[in-house]
Amino acid sequence: MRPFNYSRATEAGSAVKDVSANKDAKFIAGGTNLLDLMKEGVENPNALVDIARLNLSQIREMNGGISIGALARNSDTANHPLVRQNFPLLSQAILAGASAQLRNMATNGGNLMQRTRCQYFYETAMPCNKREPGTGCGALEGVNRIHAILGWSEKCIATYPGDMANALYAFDAVVKVRGADGKERAIPINDFHRLPGDNPEKDNNLVHGELIQSIELPKNNFAARSYYLKVRDRASYAFALVSVAAALEMDGSNIKQARVVLGGVAHKPWRSAEAENTLVGKPATDDTFKAAATAALKDAKGFKYNEYKIELGRRAVVRALQRAMNGATA
Amino acid sequence: MSEDYLEAQEAHMSEDETELLSEPTPEQTDLLKHLSDFGESRRHFLGQASAAGLGILAAQLLAEQEAKAASNLSNYTSAEPGVNAVAAPADAMTVKLKINGAEQSVSIEPRVTLLDALRERIGLTGTKKGCDHGQCGACTVLVNGRRTLSCLTLAAMSDGQEITTIEGLAKGEELHPMQAAFIKHDGFQCGYCTPGQICSAVALLTEAKNGEASYVTTNFRTGAKSLQLSDEEIKERMSGNICRCGAYPNIVAAIREVHTGRDVAQNWSFAEKELTDETV
Repeated sequence: MRPFNYSRATEAGSAVKDVSANKDAKFIAGGTNLLDLMKEGVENPNALVDIARLNLSQIREMNGGISIGALARNSDTANHPLVRQNFPLLSQAILAGASAQLRNMATNGGNLMQRTRCQYFYETAMPCNKREPGTGCGALEGVNRIHAILGWSEKCIATYPGDMANALYAFDAVVKVRGADGKERAIPINDFHRLPGDNPEKDNNLVHGELIQSIELPKNNFAARSYYLKVRDRASYAFALVSVAAALEMDGSNIKQARVVLGGVAHKPWRSAEAENTLVGKPATDDTFKAAATAALKDAKGFKYNEYKIELGRRAVVRALQRAMNGATA
Repeated sequence: MSEDYLEAQEAHMSEDETELLSEPTPEQTDLLKHLSDFGESRRHFLGQASAAGLGILAAQLLAEQEAKAASNLSNYTSAEPGVNAVAAPADAMTVKLKINGAEQSVSIEPRVTLLDALRERIGLTGTKKGCDHGQCGACTVLVNGRRTLSCLTLAAMSDGQEITTIEGLAKGEELHPMQAAFIKHDGFQCGYCTPGQICSAVALLTEAKNGEASYVTTNFRTGAKSLQLSDEEIKERMSGNICRCGAYPNIVAAIREVHTGRDVAQNWSFAEKELTDETV
């Protein structure tokens, strides 16, 4: 790990100013991803501003929805009574990720900021446009078993690895961030992460130095019927090959509203408007779910080693919708 | 290796190398016993080794080690008299930790992890370095009562926190119930992951008592307290601790026993009589 200056922030405003003023500075909170990347030499900040003890960890009711602090720990968020009762999909998505130890450390803001687990991004001897723009993509013709099938570009086929964010996309969350000018701006979650395009080095649309303060989730009617399905190489403690955040609101026997978000398939959580539109107004049957699954993966294109994700993705969508319908978390 | 081979090798050895492999002098024996102690004493040994006449080959190896040790983050200062002290780096900072109930103050560079501070600076080597990347759980300690990976925590981030390591679980000679259960159920083979497994399991008990859910918890919306965990639950909740020996069934049995407070039959026993040629 390269040497760096460490300071502990006592106030959000000065933390934002400190990081904004130094392009090689970074915030650190849980450290679960950043320190790992620093040990690997993928990230080499010359200054770390520790924000973990800032007063940004509240979880509170807000207009029938909730506001969750950026610095609330994943485990505290998943187990908060308001989250468990009204946003069980979020609890389940968080609990599907990492291990108990890591969830105790990781913060909600940091979770949104975590970087891809593409092996070519991690291996500094390999080319990677995300790590070092212009060097090429090692995964494109390499071992691309864990890589994207939707929304990728010739520059980058990495996936966003997280679970929590998939649930946030289903809830139309809004990310509140603070900039160097001291002003707060609101970023709809769907505009938070980016597709790789020509600039895969940018994971999201934050300006350097902007600090996530909270994540707001509006009131919803999905609590009775939602499910987070995660398919991975082992039963626990592994990143998703494919995951699905599914939620349904019923009107009699027909679906009134639906949410389908796929994880592990793209550079950002992949919310499928096509699948959701297929579901709305239809009876909640397996045929409807299969049609939605087909719609969700319609534009998917795989590579040598990840073609399997397309069929796996379809089946995962169907199963997640079935379990949501059965009130598996209720 | 055959004896012929060894003899052939010996014929090519220099005087120094021959001396190195011969019986150690009492002086050397005295130094060698320091090797089994903690890091500071080991460095004490390294500092004196060349003077002890262990031979050129050994001296070269030790000089290399010494150079490495000097560049090692853990070796900047020492409060221990007589121990080779290296000047503190320009960016050294003082971190105060409450470890197993005792206040400790260490002067470290910011990039030292909590794991390295515990092992290399404070001499608590019970906490293990497995992968050093947050993938194995061997370095698990309790920070303010919550299980945490010390390899992905900077010591500086833990300033002022209460740390409990495997060394802090027993009360004097009395083992923590989880330690006793791991022994009863043979919850290990090589033992390297065990301190992390036990710290993790101790936290698991509290989490279950508090009603914290896992990915396999059903009906978690109401948030009931004092959960009774199935084996499936224990496995999911312990998935952050990897055991390469595969002692998992015994680890689960040990945790089940402490969690339920009911005796669980151990699945092994000592042989009733020694095996002889007749019984085999």
